[in-house]
Amino acid sequence: MNKKLLSGPYLVWMVGFTVIPLLLIVYYGLTDKSGAFTLANIVSITTAEHAKALWLSLGLSFISTMICLVLAYPLAMILRKRGVGRGSFVVFIFILPMWMNFLLRTLAWQTLLERNGVINGILKALHLPGQSLINTPGAIILGMVYNFLPFMVLPIYNVLCKIDDNTINAAHDLGADFYQTLVRIWMPLSIPGIISGITMVFVPALTTFVISNLLGGSKILLIGNVIEQEFTRGSNWHLGSGLSLVLMIFILASMALIAKYDKEGEGTAF
Amino acid sequence: MRRKSFALVLGGIMGIGLVLGGCKGPSGSEGSQGAGEVYVYNWGEYIDEEVVSMFEEETGIKVVYDMFETNEEMYPVIEAGGRTYDVVCPSDYMIQKMIENHMLAELNFDNIPNLEHIDPEYLERSKSFDPENKYSVPYCWGTVGILYNTSMVAPEDVPTKWSDLWDETFSGEILMQDSVRDAFMVALKSLGYSMNTSDPGELEQARDLLVKQKPLVQAYVIDQVRDKMIGGEAALGVIYSGEMLYIQEEVANQGLEYSLEYVIPEEGTNVWLDSWVIPSNAKNKENAEAWINFLCRPDIAKMNFEYITYATPNKGAFDLLDEDLKNNKAVFPDIDSLDNCEVFQYLGDEVDTIYNDLWKEVKSN
Repeated sequence: MNKKLLSGPYLVWMVGFTVIPLLLIVYYGLTDKSGAFTLANIVSITTAEHAKALWLSLGLSFISTMICLVLAYPLAMILRKRGVGRGSFVVFIFILPMWMNFLLRTLAWQTLLERNGVINGILKALHLPGQSLINTPGAIILGMVYNFLPFMVLPIYNVLCKIDDNTINAAHDLGADFYQTLVRIWMPLSIPGIISGITMVFVPALTTFVISNLLGGSKILLIGNVIEQEFTRGSNWHLGSGLSLVLMIFILASMALIAKYDKEGEGTAF
Repeated sequence: MRRKSFALVLGGIMGIGLVLGGCKGPSGSEGSQGAGEVYVYNWGEYIDEEVVSMFEEETGIKVVYDMFETNEEMYPVIEAGGRTYDVVCPSDYMIQKMIENHMLAELNFDNIPNLEHIDPEYLERSKSFDPENKYSVPYCWGTVGILYNTSMVAPEDVPTKWSDLWDETFSGEILMQDSVRDAFMVALKSLGYSMNTSDPGELEQARDLLVKQKPLVQAYVIDQVRDKMIGGEAALGVIYSGEMLYIQEEVANQGLEYSLEYVIPEEGTNVWLDSWVIPSNAKNKENAEAWINFLCRPDIAKMNFEYITYATPNKGAFDLLDEDLKNNKAVFPDIDSLDNCEVFQYLGDEVDTIYNDLWKEVKSN
């Protein structure tokens, strides 16, 4: 009885802040302004502008995820090899920026990349030609990689830490070189972490609208921007919800992927 | 049309407002003095706080003050009526929408004798959204124009009209407004159409023009246009005149080698007005009228102008200002330069949808 009482607040939390809002999104997404049932909001993903925004989002977040993976995997291996234990200084340094507000960090990139910003200031001081860095797809990818990299490093690092040194030593004893150990031992054993990292980077990158607004100069319309505008400016909550439901399909797919490869929840970040 | 929102501060203040508001519901007048209360809903940073305490002292009416950041955010709050406000300060087109939806109460001008200080010019302009001047009293006004950087624009290229924003010389040097109606206003005006058009043909032409402009645009921004222009990031920017005093001070303070000048384009522009109105479900209507009357008093309007720096429609307050402020054409433009100007009107939800869809096409192009 007492134990049941203890779970009460969490139940209220889940129902109030997860289930009801989700149902509201489903309701808005499947109705029009008069409240009648319609699929039009969902089908509207096929219109030229929405489809283009979705493809662009998928493309940019795919590239960012791959860059994060390529950067994060060697880093996680180095961290493990150095015997730097959990909660060590390096990992601490890595998550330190995450304690600062996400918006501030992105605004800081704006200051760095601007035409009269820090980077161009340094270039100018060295008598090198200034670069136009901001308001490009590249700047958006940079923003995504910078903001989401820790979400890739931590799950991979966690999984690598759990691999027994004896497994690696055994591989070496049996004559495997570094490359063979990497492909045959490290990689397969760290798949749960990789999958979890990919999801934790890909999903927020896919839905972001702040990064594309601040670093893309609002010239590059991502699906997150479309949804944000429907809610805040266009005040068409129905269309915004319908498009959110379409995005949810991608999120559900990635959750299914996790469930398939990460049965023991090893790859969770924290 | 506040453009100086400091979201963090605002959020904090609003949070406190909510907590305090939660303690005492709008109907509960218990504990307050005989004069009662007035529930004010205004833009963030849109009043000199000293004015609020002066009002409380002089009238004995307690002010409960909440803030909003956009008209669109304010509207559903008033519509839902869960929390009733006595006096609100929306913009022109939103007032029209509220009148059309019977959400506003007629003002009793016997309680607002200070209306005589408001320049009739602005009451005349108000008629485009409040045809009989029955519902609203102007509070602030301004224009939208082009801001240019004197060191990046050659004297012969100084912009005089909206179509200069399509000049290839300024490729990558233009900052446009990132809001539907403002962006379409620029395109429609440069085509010679009304910025309140609902004609699909005219709107499509405007869309094509904006698509054509997009490669020349450095970024679509709202608040940031001010700081970017001060920082010398772009040569031209579309901006609200209310920012001009701040910009001029900032350029002087930082000792920049260039100056930033403001131009009202020949084709005419958007003249916007923010006015006080009383929702029809207000519980303290007379107190609300006392509030409006107080804000129309010249010395009070002057205090607010000095704090907000958006032009005041108050003739009495204007007369109290220093000569160089009076002659500052960016803040107080000549009336005849406003000949082709219009005030935004509410066009109905369906036309709004057309605008939004066309804007999305521009942005995704």
